[in-house]
Amino acid sequence: MTDLVEQDTRAMSVAVTKSRYQSEEFSARLRRRYAAERRFRIAGMVAVGIASLMLVVLLGSIVSKGYTAFWQAQIRLEVTLDKQQVEERNYTALVRQALYAQVPAATDRATRRSLNDLLSSGAPYELEAMVNANPSLIGTTQTVWVRADDEIDQFMKGFIRRDVPESERRLNDVKIAAIDALVANGSIRSSFNTTLFTAGDSREPEQAGILGAVVGSALTLVVTMLLSVPIGIAAAVYLEEFAPKNRWTDLIEVNINNLAAVPSIIFGLLGLAVFLGFFGLPRSAPLVGGLVMALMTLPVIIIASRVALKAVPPSIREAALGVGASPLQTVTHHVLPLALPGILTGTIIGMARALGETAPLLMIGMVAFIVDIPGGLTDSATAIPVQIYMWADSPERAFTERTSAAILILLAFLILMNGLAVFLRKKFERRW
Amino acid sequence: MQLTVLLIILALLTVIGYQMGRSRAVASVGGRIVELHSVPSYHGFYVALWAGLPALLLFAFWGASEGWLVMQMVLSGLPDRLVNGDAQSLGLLRADILNLAHGVATGREPDPEVVAAAERYLRLHALGDWSLLVIGCCIAIGGLLYARGRIDPDLRARNRVERTVNIALVICSLVAILTTIGIVLSLLFEAIRFFAVVNPLDFLFGTHWSPQMAMRADQVGSSGSFGAIPLFAGTLLITGIAMAVAVPVGLMAAIFMSEYASPGLRTWLKPILEVLAGIPTVVYGFFAALTMAPFVRDLGNSLGLSVSSESALAAGFVMGVMIIPFVSSLSDDVINAVPQSLRDGSYGLGATKSETIRLVVLPAALPGIVAAIMLAVSRAIGETMIVTMAAGLTANLTANPLDAVTTVTTQIATLLVGDQEFDSPKTLSAFGLGLVLFVVTLTLNMVALRVVQKYREKYD
Repeated sequence: MTDLVEQDTRAMSVAVTKSRYQSEEFSARLRRRYAAERRFRIAGMVAVGIASLMLVVLLGSIVSKGYTAFWQAQIRLEVTLDKQQVEERNYTALVRQALYAQVPAATDRATRRSLNDLLSSGAPYELEAMVNANPSLIGTTQTVWVRADDEIDQFMKGFIRRDVPESERRLNDVKIAAIDALVANGSIRSSFNTTLFTAGDSREPEQAGILGAVVGSALTLVVTMLLSVPIGIAAAVYLEEFAPKNRWTDLIEVNINNLAAVPSIIFGLLGLAVFLGFFGLPRSAPLVGGLVMALMTLPVIIIASRVALKAVPPSIREAALGVGASPLQTVTHHVLPLALPGILTGTIIGMARALGETAPLLMIGMVAFIVDIPGGLTDSATAIPVQIYMWADSPERAFTERTSAAILILLAFLILMNGLAVFLRKKFERRW
Repeated sequence: MQLTVLLIILALLTVIGYQMGRSRAVASVGGRIVELHSVPSYHGFYVALWAGLPALLLFAFWGASEGWLVMQMVLSGLPDRLVNGDAQSLGLLRADILNLAHGVATGREPDPEVVAAAERYLRLHALGDWSLLVIGCCIAIGGLLYARGRIDPDLRARNRVERTVNIALVICSLVAILTTIGIVLSLLFEAIRFFAVVNPLDFLFGTHWSPQMAMRADQVGSSGSFGAIPLFAGTLLITGIAMAVAVPVGLMAAIFMSEYASPGLRTWLKPILEVLAGIPTVVYGFFAALTMAPFVRDLGNSLGLSVSSESALAAGFVMGVMIIPFVSSLSDDVINAVPQSLRDGSYGLGATKSETIRLVVLPAALPGIVAAIMLAVSRAIGETMIVTMAAGLTANLTANPLDAVTTVTTQIATLLVGDQEFDSPKTLSAFGLGLVLFVVTLTLNMVALRVVQKYREKYD
């Protein structure tokens, strides 16, 4: 009897097990759940993939647009430095005569006039500079390579196509024929574009360089660093090591966190109203740019420095205080040196951000068109990102190329700085 | 020139002061340093501070007030005919004197009185610089001698030096507050001048934005129109598009990296996102304007849609890409902060990984994620370069992402770049917009920071 009952319940429980966990309904639901799991995982991968893809597309588009800017077409001229012409400083005529000699087929006036556009408008100045540097050249015949006009350069790089109808092309058939003639006798070459690194801004793409902006950025960063690093570290030391916990220090804390998230253009407005409007400092100057950037990077440096100070274990402080050091000695002799690598890393990252920032500099007039290389903190200057912004607005294809090249140079600086930060972090990483 | 000389002299004097203080302290106890109250170097610092600090304070005060002082003196010497004007003509007169003094061509024949004033300005300026040099050196040497005379074995040099350093530290930490005050005051002052001309209600609720001011009063549309609603709408549209890209992608990327990715994969993925975060905004702007916008336009045209060449979509999409790392790194922190025990509990009940994430981890991390998104929104609203370069300048009141729209930051940038007269409502309106931008982003940040603080230690 008991056996029978037992057998019966066992049979029943088996049936129940089967019906609940191996039913069609259950396994279908399980399949759905696993499918959902896979979909979720794939969604995550897609998200990461989109982010990486965008990075690749962004960098790829800039590199592919910009790498050609590092080369520049040059035209060979056999210039006879006629004494009289030189004395009259008639270098334009000298250059043109030499060019006509290179293309013997061009005899009529109209053709010659369009030949004039082959050379950069800076070519006579190149020649003049050469003669001024070495007056003994007067009277001789010299072989010189001068910069070609930006459109010739673009044509040589293949960005202006021959098969487009002449009316829609930036170069007419006469010029193309002349270029072909020059190519045929080896008078056009493509050489490394040193102008890009040695000249200031220019309206002519082939004469425009990034040096002015690089110097402007460097001066701005120097001001930023001199102000924000000592003040930032001092503020962090005070807040982390000395400050009592009260409403005032709370207010300072909230303030710093908020400042870190204020849009950068607001800092530009501050600079415009206070430094330019109230204190009357000069417009477009690296001094003002540096002041604005210093206020902007200050919160970043304070926050990073506080994290670094916090990471120094209390035992260090207690040991110093225990042997009779004053609180200030504890900080300056022990805590600060130990926290310095972390502070340095944060500082470099803050500086990198300041280097790439554009909007506040627009507000204080660093968008001015400046050809000269700035010589001091109050000279008019521009900065690399602002130069990029200005070039990006120019319609010429050659400026697009130079914008991309300037971006590549800016990114190279940024990678260098961030690399340095990573290196320092790795080198001085310490575990207590 | 004189100022640089003064700074160099001051630097020298502090070094000399340090040496003098130190050696005198050692000499005062005949070399038995134990008898000094403070270590010799503190005596050195004491003298150095006295040598450098008072003169430096004078220098700073001079630097801040000199221009104004000299100008006042020059103006008081001018005949009433020139000075007795309203504030505007007085400002013009000041600018004229400065321009003449600095040799900037003003383009018109200057009044001989003004020329004289400019010369006087230059003379006073030079006189001021020379007297600063002399007075500064006197103060520095006086301070040095005074402090040196006070060196004594019982002098509490350390306490004094430390108190001074402490005060300096407090002042440094106050810079953050001063910056905030400076922002608020500068925005408020200029915005108030703007609202004196334009009714704030018209500004906040008007639907027509056209800040061009006519040269003459009788021209058509001579007053300009400052209804900012199209700008707010444009900003919201672009921010919305950016968020539609950044939030799902950033959040899923964060989930993938913290829950699914192997450590090896993570060491690759994290730097990629960091690089994305480190690219300057002007580069994104260039990319949006030159690659993305034509791509969107061509794509739209091939689908038979009319897309303007500067569409909100292109700018918003690129801005979204820029914000992805911001969302993902903040969300990553929050997700990692959810304790493992919650996940283990969920797995123990038989939930799959994605069910655990969706039903346990995300709800637990929700406040932090919301805060992260709010910070991202605030950043998108405040972003300038991408929209300036890629979103266009026409103030359209539209919800169509394929149209060109303009944003608050774009307008601020375009209103203030280039040659502008400084007192017209056109330029002042930029400060009105700046004030709105500041208030909105500040509110978002405050709320987000509060949320993060409130929920941060919920599980500890």
